[in-house]
Amino acid sequence: MSDPILSLRGVSKRFGGVRALVDVDADVHEHEVLAVVGDNGAGKSTLAGVLAGAYRPDAGEVLLDGRPVVLGSPAAARALGIAAVFQELALVDDLDVVENLFLGHETRRGPLLDEVAMEREAWRLLDQLAASVPTVREPVRALSGGQRQVVAVARALLGSPRVVVLDEPTASLGVRQTAEVLNLIVRLRERGHAVVLVSHQAGDLQAVADRILVLRLGRVHDVFDGDASYEDLLAAMTGAVRPGAVRPGAKHPGPNRAVRR
Amino acid sequence: MTAQTHTTGSGLPAGGALSGAVWQRMRGGSSLLPIVAALVGIWLILGAVNPAFLAPENLVNLTLQSAPVGVIALGVVLVLLVGEIDLSVGSLSGLAAAVVAVGSVTLGWPVALAIAVALACGAVVGLAYGALSTRLGLPSFVFTLAGLLFLAGVQLRVLGPLGSINLPFESWFVRSVQQGFLPAGVAWALVGGTVVASAVLQVVARARRRRADLACASLPQIVVRTAVLAAVLSGIVAYLYLGSARGLGWSVVLFALLVVITDVLLRRTRWGRSVRAVGGDRRAAMLAGVPVRRTVVLCFVVCSTLAALGGVLAAGRLGAANQGTGGADTYLVAIAAAVIGGTSLFGGRGSAWSAVLGVLVIQSIANGLTLMNVDQAARYMVTGAVLLLAIIIDMLLRKRREA
Repeated sequence: MSDPILSLRGVSKRFGGVRALVDVDADVHEHEVLAVVGDNGAGKSTLAGVLAGAYRPDAGEVLLDGRPVVLGSPAAARALGIAAVFQELALVDDLDVVENLFLGHETRRGPLLDEVAMEREAWRLLDQLAASVPTVREPVRALSGGQRQVVAVARALLGSPRVVVLDEPTASLGVRQTAEVLNLIVRLRERGHAVVLVSHQAGDLQAVADRILVLRLGRVHDVFDGDASYEDLLAAMTGAVRPGAVRPGAKHPGPNRAVRR
Repeated sequence: MTAQTHTTGSGLPAGGALSGAVWQRMRGGSSLLPIVAALVGIWLILGAVNPAFLAPENLVNLTLQSAPVGVIALGVVLVLLVGEIDLSVGSLSGLAAAVVAVGSVTLGWPVALAIAVALACGAVVGLAYGALSTRLGLPSFVFTLAGLLFLAGVQLRVLGPLGSINLPFESWFVRSVQQGFLPAGVAWALVGGTVVASAVLQVVARARRRRADLACASLPQIVVRTAVLAAVLSGIVAYLYLGSARGLGWSVVLFALLVVITDVLLRRTRWGRSVRAVGGDRRAAMLAGVPVRRTVVLCFVVCSTLAALGGVLAAGRLGAANQGTGGADTYLVAIAAAVIGGTSLFGGRGSAWSAVLGVLVIQSIANGLTLMNVDQAARYMVTGAVLLLAIIIDMLLRKRREA
């Protein structure tokens, strides 16, 4: 496999007394979808936040092309080619689609904003994502969940980042919209982006993931190939005994069910 | 995709998209139409009760009364937009007035220097507020309340035992604020220039958007907009220069200029977009890479500097600075004006023009009721009721958009 674009080495992060990440190693390659899964509170979103520059790790380092970097802010991460779509999407409801897409890095003509160029680029991006957004001059609060997701992804793609971090992109979507977003992820991979997909929807992972990193209580519990079975993933996420791994003779999925709570 | 289908970007017929856009703006609460309608309604009522209210001479007075507090309200619009508030703008304007008076009279500085020092005081206070807000994370409601008291104290100390200082009547500053008016010819030239510039800019923008295959205004729309602008501006100038009316005072022109500049900054620059984004959703703005701290600090600095400028204009208009300058209800009128004019108390939504409209509403009520010999008590009550109404409308709009 090629050298990783982005790596975490021994990264730890705490929030007050809560250890959100403990000594986490991870590698992200181009042309690859790395899925990050875990139960609630396993540290998935914190990991996404560290990769995207929203959180600074307390210990450990972030390597970009093998060299240590400091991702001091989402803007700094972006400048290094790492774009993120956060769980809450981070769209400003009162601003319209174009304003949201270019927020923080607007195109200018002299001292003033170049609305024409931005609106054109917005349509180009949305067309590329085969997005069904009716108008780009509408406040995003008027859009559906799927449309908002598309806007957030389109924004992440501005400036052609090498790494795209998606935090729970399908959590609030219906079946059809979920399929659209998964298609979008496959398209990102085909275009050569490295994609980090944080999710706890096993179906998403099996559809698009090349490797699956399982977090449990802030630690990397296991790394699977994309074709790992649902049972294996669930067992790793919850810490239950993996049938077939530890107890080769066990046939009943009893232990899994017992910890499902 | 052909140019034909892409012109609206949505496949909708152009007319539908445009009326949709207008409706969207109304629903988004960014339209100034309701407040303009309310202002016209208030004028008609006050004029019907006492025709003297609508006399050109009185309306000139109204604009002169509105300019100082309008400048303060313009600054308040900025801090409200970014999701903060500044309760100390009244005290700060009073302090600025005191600085101008003490500097130019007691200390014998040139007036320009005294004004510059007063404005610098405002900027420093704004910087301090910005630091308190962005570095310590204190709520602006609390630290500007502290600032209100503190600055009122500084104002008394600066004025010293006299408590009131008259500015020399012959100074260019007092003369231009009190008696300086734009010559009618210049006013008409300004109207013409503005109308032509607006039309040219609209036609150029339309051409660019057409070339880019984007939805654009139709030529008849541009003609109608330009005609409305021309009618409104020439109506104002014609009326204010009618008969013995003096026309547009320098302070009024300065206020209008500041509003136009702020409006362009808010709508057409990266900074303005940052302001709306930070006020609308601070975390989202931060994640998008907007320099949140810088944006907030700058809003506090501009607000405080404009408050100081408002105080300077008030001192010029009064020809004096005393303990009451900027006191009493100044800050309430300025904040109420911004809110009545349609700037949300909750951040993210508003316009520089809301300072103009809100101040005109409040000062019209005050002016009209004074002409009717209604006492201060009733003026406060009426203004309070109007403010309550404006906040209820703001709240309802917000609820409906979030529903």
